[in-house]
Amino acid sequence: MQSDRNAPLDKTAALEICRSMGQITSDSLIPILQQIQDSYGYLPAEILFEVSRQTGLHVNHMFGVATFYEQFHLEPRGRHTIKCCRGTACHVRGGREIANTLKRQLGVEEGCTTADMRFTFETVACLGTCFLAPVMMVNNDYYGNVASSRIKSILEKYK
Amino acid sequence: MKLTIDDKQVTAKPAQTVLQVAQANGIDIPNLCYDPRLAPSGSCRLCLVEIEGQRALQPSCVFEAAEGLVVRTNTDEIRQIRKTILELLFSEHKARCTTCDENGKCDLQSYAYEYQLDEASLGAGRGAEPAPNYTTGNLALEYDPNKCIRCARCVRICDEVQMAHALTFKNRAAETEVATAFDIPLNDSTCVLCGQCISTCPTGALYDRSAKGLCQAKDMVRTRTTCVYCGVGCQIDLNVNPKTNRIVRVTSEVGCIPNDGNLCVKGRFGMDFVGHPERLTTPLIKRNGSFEKASWDEAIEVIAGKFKKIKSETGPDSIAGLSSAKCTNEDNYVFQKFIRAGIGTNNVDHCARLCHASTVAGLARAFGSGAMTNSIDEFRNARCIFVIGSNTPEAHPVIALSLKEAVVKHGAELIVADPREIDLVPYAKLHLQQRPGTDVALINAMMNVIIEEGLTDKDFIAERTEDFEKATEAIKEMTPEKAEKITGVRAEAIRQAARIYATAETASIVFSMGITQHTTGTDNVLSLANLAMITGNVGRESAGVNPLRGQNNVQGACDLGALPNVYPGYQQVEAPDIHAKFEKAWDRKLSARNGLTVVEIFHAIEAGFIRALYLMGENPALSDPNLSRTRKALEEVEFLVSQDVFLTESGQYADVVLPAFCFAEKDGTFTNTERRVQRVRRTVNPPGQARDDWEIVCDIATAFGYRMHYENASQIMDEIASVSPIYGGISFERIETVGLQWPCANKDHPGTKYLHKGEFKRGKGKFHPVRFKEPAELPNKEFPFVLSTGRLLYQYHTGTLTRKVPAIHQVCPTGYVEIHVQDAEKHGIGDGDSVEVSTPRGKVTTKARVGTMVARGWLFMPFHFAEGPANMLTNDALDPIAKIPEFKACAANIRPI
Ligand code: SF4
Ligand code: SF4
Ligand code: SF4
Ligand code: FES
Ligand code: FES
Repeated sequence: MQSDRNAPLDKTAALEICRSMGQITSDSLIPILQQIQDSYGYLPAEILFEVSRQTGLHVNHMFGVATFYEQFHLEPRGRHTIKCCRGTACHVRGGREIANTLKRQLGVEEGCTTADMRFTFETVACLGTCFLAPVMMVNNDYYGNVASSRIKSILEKYK
Repeated sequence: MKLTIDDKQVTAKPAQTVLQVAQANGIDIPNLCYDPRLAPSGSCRLCLVEIEGQRALQPSCVFEAAEGLVVRTNTDEIRQIRKTILELLFSEHKARCTTCDENGKCDLQSYAYEYQLDEASLGAGRGAEPAPNYTTGNLALEYDPNKCIRCARCVRICDEVQMAHALTFKNRAAETEVATAFDIPLNDSTCVLCGQCISTCPTGALYDRSAKGLCQAKDMVRTRTTCVYCGVGCQIDLNVNPKTNRIVRVTSEVGCIPNDGNLCVKGRFGMDFVGHPERLTTPLIKRNGSFEKASWDEAIEVIAGKFKKIKSETGPDSIAGLSSAKCTNEDNYVFQKFIRAGIGTNNVDHCARLCHASTVAGLARAFGSGAMTNSIDEFRNARCIFVIGSNTPEAHPVIALSLKEAVVKHGAELIVADPREIDLVPYAKLHLQQRPGTDVALINAMMNVIIEEGLTDKDFIAERTEDFEKATEAIKEMTPEKAEKITGVRAEAIRQAARIYATAETASIVFSMGITQHTTGTDNVLSLANLAMITGNVGRESAGVNPLRGQNNVQGACDLGALPNVYPGYQQVEAPDIHAKFEKAWDRKLSARNGLTVVEIFHAIEAGFIRALYLMGENPALSDPNLSRTRKALEEVEFLVSQDVFLTESGQYADVVLPAFCFAEKDGTFTNTERRVQRVRRTVNPPGQARDDWEIVCDIATAFGYRMHYENASQIMDEIASVSPIYGGISFERIETVGLQWPCANKDHPGTKYLHKGEFKRGKGKFHPVRFKEPAELPNKEFPFVLSTGRLLYQYHTGTLTRKVPAIHQVCPTGYVEIHVQDAEKHGIGDGDSVEVSTPRGKVTTKARVGTMVARGWLFMPFHFAEGPANMLTNDALDPIAKIPEFKACAANIRPI
């Protein structure tokens, strides 16, 4: 995964993905985007322009698809993804405060990534574990009944 | 197919949708996401109808008509649903019609009225300034997300018709918005500013930026006329604010011939020159080196006096006139009539010499007629299209749409032979990158393969042509292997191209200046004619040889005899019976000798044979080859008249300058590249004392002693019809709504879609032996590159018109030279660096564009820019038959400065 935001990206992986796709049709679009994202962590513009040159798929279509589906990201992602619930159950039990604390400690707004590329911070509608409210997730780990005071120690587990 | 719609019996054509059948029968079904140019998407649901036997209501824009259907379009249930849909749309549509430019032509607005929407359901209006988006800062178009109803028509037309793939929807649900990929500014995307997206938008969400606030659609007066920029001859509607006498925007009607509502950047946005403050408003006479305003009487007296004096001293042949491919047919007819019958010389030509004289000469020899054999709409159904030396997407953008459509929608096979990687290449099965000036070798090699592999059309050759054997020797010599050495194209690719072309059921050749602007121009054209004839690909629908004419009315200027060797209708000056006919018609003794061509005229000025030159709408000081020589001649000529819209580079040298109408102030006709004679209509009032070109010529002629007078342009066309058989049946009345294609012999003749059906114009098609010759000037040690010149999508000819339009000028404001990356590296040139390009004739400084658009070893420069005039460099060596100069290949050098 890339960490320096300004260095030009290595296109080798993208070229390999394009080659491995064989015959390109409009159905290839989503699989290609998935593989590019797996390999680069997100969908970098310059890589998609290169994919377009290689495959003849058009960037406008890639962009449309990438902004339509939640699974795709157009910005580089942190090494860890924090999802903080803002669903009703969590809200009632202090979810707002958890989100604000995260914001303060990370120093970024929701939807953004910290400058050191450590965390990407997102909020979601409901994490499906309302009985544990307020809830947050880091990567695939759930944290229930979170109190603001615990947040620092949770974040420290992820380097 | 018969069906019933709203209790009315109607007939449908195959593949029509219910909506189309209804519309064709005057039954209106509301629709918002439908445009006949697009594949139906069925997304807005406004066109829902009830169809007996179908459980749910069906979108009529998608549902295909079928025998026996019973359709109801306007039940209470349907009306209620439509009203709900409209209310939903309006809750998203956060704008007010009061300040919207589209007010009066907006579909959403008119349905809101028709369905009597409740005021309360209209969303709250937001400020007039749209939120930042992909059009922010663009000078041509503007998108306002608040007015957008997400019908996707703009996105679809950019994908399906223009195939520029610049737009998309981003995000989803309520956040959906039109955007470019990664929200880059429109000018950085693949957009070509055609404005097709504006044309299809059913609301005011997409609009011409420069038209904002200048007049609402409901108050605009629209006049149908013909675009002034290129030979496609798109039909455009000039939308004028009657209070300000100003063209506010250009629209075009979907369904119109030949362009179906599509335009390119020049036609759509290029009208700012019309009311431009620099327009000439009075005649000017040069006194002691500077121009002084003069009255018409004075100016005409000076001109007529001077012409008389020169004629009496050194004879009529010491006067010459250059007519114009920008002026109307009527102007051209009157001009050449004055030069021939008034002055008494055939020294009349125009700048078609510089683009297609070799086409006219070559095709006339081979087929008997120098025009495009087929019509634009026939490209759609050609099975193979062979484009050679035509950068169609830039020079004839709207024809390029049909070529792409043929490939993408109808599976035609496209072969592109062009030294540059033009924008058609991605659609092509094969791209042959021949070295400039080696076309004959390439074409002969293709014929070599066709003969070798037995792919000729023997019946066609036997029945319809002559002299085939004479041509075969040159063809047999040119094996693909030999051609590979000359052209740089792989022998195998030549073979493949030959097979595709020869085996297609209908194959159409498209060519333009890349073929004609060579010392071997006529040879190039003749060999293309040979290629078409040996495979029987001419004289049929969608099969033929199609030269695309550059300027809006080059076809007409040639048709009307603005050429030194033919009278109107290509009737030979030196044929005694024709000569006699015109002496009678024009009531004067006429010169029986062919006159001089453009470049010859300039050489004759140098030699002192020609003393007076009359320019009508021509700017040779920028368009002609070897500019320093041309400019010197303009300076030297004893008496120069420039009649034009602006004071041009050539006008600076003139003794008398006359202000003329531009196309938007004229009545008349243009003839487009497919031989279609179309109306030009007066739309706005002319500036100052400007006058119509033909009227000025008539006054000069009368003062000179040859009385010429017409009531109006229509009367001139009637005279044209009476002397020129190919225009015999054409009159303003007949072309009021749709133009007619010549030949059109009489008032009952329907016009001619494609030429040479059954028989060639000259009887049998004639093969000509053509051997490859090198260009006149080959690269050498001192000048190791081949330099070629050409045109750009965003500029037009000498730039007199386009460079006054900010919306167009934003894209490509300066000249440049293209060079291959590897050559650039070798010479230490980076992208955007200042460079000096030199040839044996001169030097020009410009900016380098480094890339792979051109192959190694050569350079390309557009010719539109006065500050880096490419024609300072070009060679004025001439094709021996057509006298066309070699713009497309000369030796050059380049260095960083
Ligand atoms: S102007 Fe033409 S190319 Fe540009 S976005 Fe609109 S339709 Fe596409
Ligand atoms: S801009 Fe116009 S054409 Fe495009 S989606 Fe919006 S309303 Fe439809
Ligand atoms: S293609 Fe030619 S005629 Fe059509 S709009 Fe463009 S310039 Fe005008
Ligand atoms: S509301 Fe937070 S997990 Fe359901
Ligand atoms: S017009 Fe048929 S669904 Fe929009």
